[in-house]
Amino acid sequence: MLQPPYASGPSLPDTSRLVRVLKLELKGITKRFGSLVANDHIDVVVEPGQIHCLLGENGAGKSTLMNVLYGLYEPTEGEILIDDKPVTFRGPGDAMAAGIGMVHQHFMLVPVFTVAENVALGAETTKTGGFLDLEDTRRKIREISDRYGFDVDPDALIEDLPVGVQQRVEIIKALVRDAKVLILDEPTAVLTPQDTDELLDIMRQLKSHGTSIVFISHKLREVKAVSDTITVIRRGKVVGSADPGASTTELASMMVGRAVSLTLDKAPANPQETTFEVKDLTVIAPSGQHVVDGISFGIARGEILAIAGVQGNGQTELTEAILGLHERAHGSITLDGEELLGRSVKDVLNAGVGFVPEDRSLDGLIGTFSIAENLILDRYDQAPFAKGISMSPAKVLENAKTRIEEFDVRTPSGMLAAGTLSGGNQQKVVMARELSRPLRLFIASQPTRGVDVGSIEFLHKRIVAERDHGTPVMIVSTELDEVIELADRIAVLYKGRLVGIVPAGTGRDVLGLMMAGVSLDEAQADAAGKHSAQRPAPTTAENPAGNTAENPAGTPAANPATTPATSQAPAAPSVQEPGSGAVGDHHE
Amino acid sequence: MSTTATSPVQGESQPDKGRRPAVSTKPVTWKLPVTLSVLATIAFIFFGLLGPQANAKFGVSSGGDFFQLPAIDVPAFLSGMVLSLILLGLAGYALVLKAKKNVRPPSWLPAVFTVVFVVAFLIWVVGGARTPSISLAGLIAGSVTLAVPIVFGSLSGVLCERAGVVNIAIESQLLGGAFTAALVASLTHNPYLGLLAAAVAGALVSMVLALFSIKYVVNQIIVGVVLNVLVSGLTGFLFTTVMQSDPEKYNSPAELPIIDIPVLSGIPVIGPILFKQSVVGYLMYVAVIVIWVALFKTKWGLRVRAVGEHPQAADTLGINVNATRFWNVTLGGAVAGIGGSFFTLVAIDSFTKEISGGRGFIALAAMILGRWNPIGAFFAALLFGFADNLQSIVTIIGTPVPSQFMAMLPYVVTVFAVAGLVGRSRPPAADGIPYIKG
Repeated sequence: MLQPPYASGPSLPDTSRLVRVLKLELKGITKRFGSLVANDHIDVVVEPGQIHCLLGENGAGKSTLMNVLYGLYEPTEGEILIDDKPVTFRGPGDAMAAGIGMVHQHFMLVPVFTVAENVALGAETTKTGGFLDLEDTRRKIREISDRYGFDVDPDALIEDLPVGVQQRVEIIKALVRDAKVLILDEPTAVLTPQDTDELLDIMRQLKSHGTSIVFISHKLREVKAVSDTITVIRRGKVVGSADPGASTTELASMMVGRAVSLTLDKAPANPQETTFEVKDLTVIAPSGQHVVDGISFGIARGEILAIAGVQGNGQTELTEAILGLHERAHGSITLDGEELLGRSVKDVLNAGVGFVPEDRSLDGLIGTFSIAENLILDRYDQAPFAKGISMSPAKVLENAKTRIEEFDVRTPSGMLAAGTLSGGNQQKVVMARELSRPLRLFIASQPTRGVDVGSIEFLHKRIVAERDHGTPVMIVSTELDEVIELADRIAVLYKGRLVGIVPAGTGRDVLGLMMAGVSLDEAQADAAGKHSAQRPAPTTAENPAGNTAENPAGTPAANPATTPATSQAPAAPSVQEPGSGAVGDHHE
Repeated sequence: MSTTATSPVQGESQPDKGRRPAVSTKPVTWKLPVTLSVLATIAFIFFGLLGPQANAKFGVSSGGDFFQLPAIDVPAFLSGMVLSLILLGLAGYALVLKAKKNVRPPSWLPAVFTVVFVVAFLIWVVGGARTPSISLAGLIAGSVTLAVPIVFGSLSGVLCERAGVVNIAIESQLLGGAFTAALVASLTHNPYLGLLAAAVAGALVSMVLALFSIKYVVNQIIVGVVLNVLVSGLTGFLFTTVMQSDPEKYNSPAELPIIDIPVLSGIPVIGPILFKQSVVGYLMYVAVIVIWVALFKTKWGLRVRAVGEHPQAADTLGINVNATRFWNVTLGGAVAGIGGSFFTLVAIDSFTKEISGGRGFIALAAMILGRWNPIGAFFAALLFGFADNLQSIVTIIGTPVPSQFMAMLPYVVTVFAVAGLVGRSRPPAADGIPYIKG
């Protein structure tokens, strides 16, 4: 196994602090839900003191496997070995007692409890008579908090804490229970780029203190930055292990099962006149809060504007206001000079607005309706699908056939319920519906959330095709990678306000700081300062190792781009020109 | 990576620390200031401008007290004016706070407002009565008596809902307890066995709720409603077929004696409330305190609350969510059953159909008004007991207000208290949501 360079050097594991480490082995784990095989004879060995990454797409079976390991599911077959001895977990309690801790993707914290109460829960220290002794818990929290520089107040209410800090509370929860192996399930999904970097540092620190980590992710950049070993899982099976030095393209191909192109072939934008304009838009929530606060921007024909920001900073309300779903929206939204604000949703759609909502299962599709029906949800009452009060099922099916072919929806029939499709195929159905009428504006919210890598490629191409067709396009995404990939210009939202609009090619650090509310100028200065301060970016250091290990036939083209972009330091103190090449490989 | 190398990174992301999701602050609405203003205006018109000219007389001591306090004599019109002006002032302050600073009034304000309003109302009612004199001690002691079953019922609600099961079946638990207590105490001639049997009966009714809502995941509201109808029908049927056949044998329960603690029970006003009660009455105070301490100070309580707020989190920490819920609901039923025994073993000396008379639902309201907190629920239940008692006393002394309106009082209080004065109270997050593993 190849030891990444950052693990050696001055900060070798401090053996004086090393606690009992354990070796964890999953042997032939199989988990079936009815006829569905979520895990198929999976073998994984987590060596002591390592960061072991489980890499796989959404739905590959990673979380199921970890829930088996954590005692939440009972495996159908197979066994778990700890230090070569087989163990059975009847519940999370058993797993914790064996030294396994887990940080779930959706935090398992009681929002109205304090940090101390959450940490104590299930492993309470009590005085006589069952009375809680929270002082003991507070002491332990302070101890761990000091050791890792967490800065967590034991008496803060969880609901008042930012997401990044909540995650640290989860880690503390596991450490208080003496976890020797820590499972992190998609831990970066909810974090800003800065928070993510801090988390990766925390993971390295934990490792140096002797805690093994199982890191579940589908984000190649992070996986490469921090892992010692990578096990790739696809459709419930282990398809192989990889070296963290392998190229992103190689890892992506293993993950998806075929060669994928990570770089989107995108011609430079050719913006024409600005036809869509938002002026001083303010949206007031029922609570009276200004969830969108005086936003103004315009989108030109043939241009993609990406709205970046951490989840919950007003993106949802912004798109809803454009669609006419918000009653308390003030300002002006014009399309070709026509005012959209105050019109009904149907009017707005008929004005030529295509909309892909962020939650497709809730707002994009009716799961129990057939694919064919879902494809005409917006035009069921129009010719050729409707004649007077009757519908024409033949026309509906005919339309479905064309769309399914055009958008490569993988399904045996258009009569199947849309809910039975995979995430990627569902999204294709939504996209097919929205793009199948002439548009004057196309809005896609989280266009590839929960979508497999193969479909992402396809969906992105369709979005760019719509742009090239001369439609103004607005993308809302919390995935910075996607924003960088698609955008011609990037608008960053923070607490309902527009922090700034920057051209494509703006550095990841600058965008990350802006997503945390730092103004554009400050963010640039800050990012520049970081580089001059010689931040030892471990990700850069891995590249020499990576280049020797990788490069099988078939993926040579993407490799040169890997080097600058996987690292966080493409030396971007200022805003870069679009298409300068620094955004070469960012698609993870 | 060494710690020195990571420190600049952490330093740089300082602006990040204050980040919070955009939608999180609680709304400050006009509801409370407007409600207060309307009430204050009503008070000013009726208690002040149209107030009676007579003096209202309030007796403080009763005959058994070991020292006597003189009765309070209040000029009704003058005090009505003064108190309603205070109410207008308080309402105005709340309006100004909302308009100028957009903040909610301090929490003492609604409480003080309520107390002043009630006092003004009392003086107005008594001052306008044919015999403008009532015993304050009797009024309060009666309120506590009427509140006992409501307190037990709301404690049952707190126990169930803190664990995440909606208990709309309090009424049936009270009724089941009342019936069983009467039957067992009649047959055994031992009221304490009756009390015990009532707890068991309440627990059994609750187990049905627990079984269906937790194990078979039937909608909790529906199971609750069905239980209310079922127990009402069952006790009604058994009352006519069994109890009516030989009331001497089956429906003349031995009563729980009133235990009078010497000297202490002689303290004016509070003496009889605290120190001249039946076993059930004393148990009520004990139950309120014990349940509060258990919920908020013990390991058991932390787990129960976690199960009601975020069952999945509790599960991942090795806590058995559904077992916790099952036993909490059962315990709640036992508590409500004891409350039910108060009807047949203390208040009235026999069982009649529908003896609980909807107090289970008032208990539900008391639980909400008390914000799912045993002590809050206790005081809320006292408020309902007070309203209930006031209407009967006031009808006796003869007021200008039609008795039908006075009979509405407890329910009007319920509506105003729950809708207007509490503001937004937050139930346990997983209240009423069944937990299905996986």
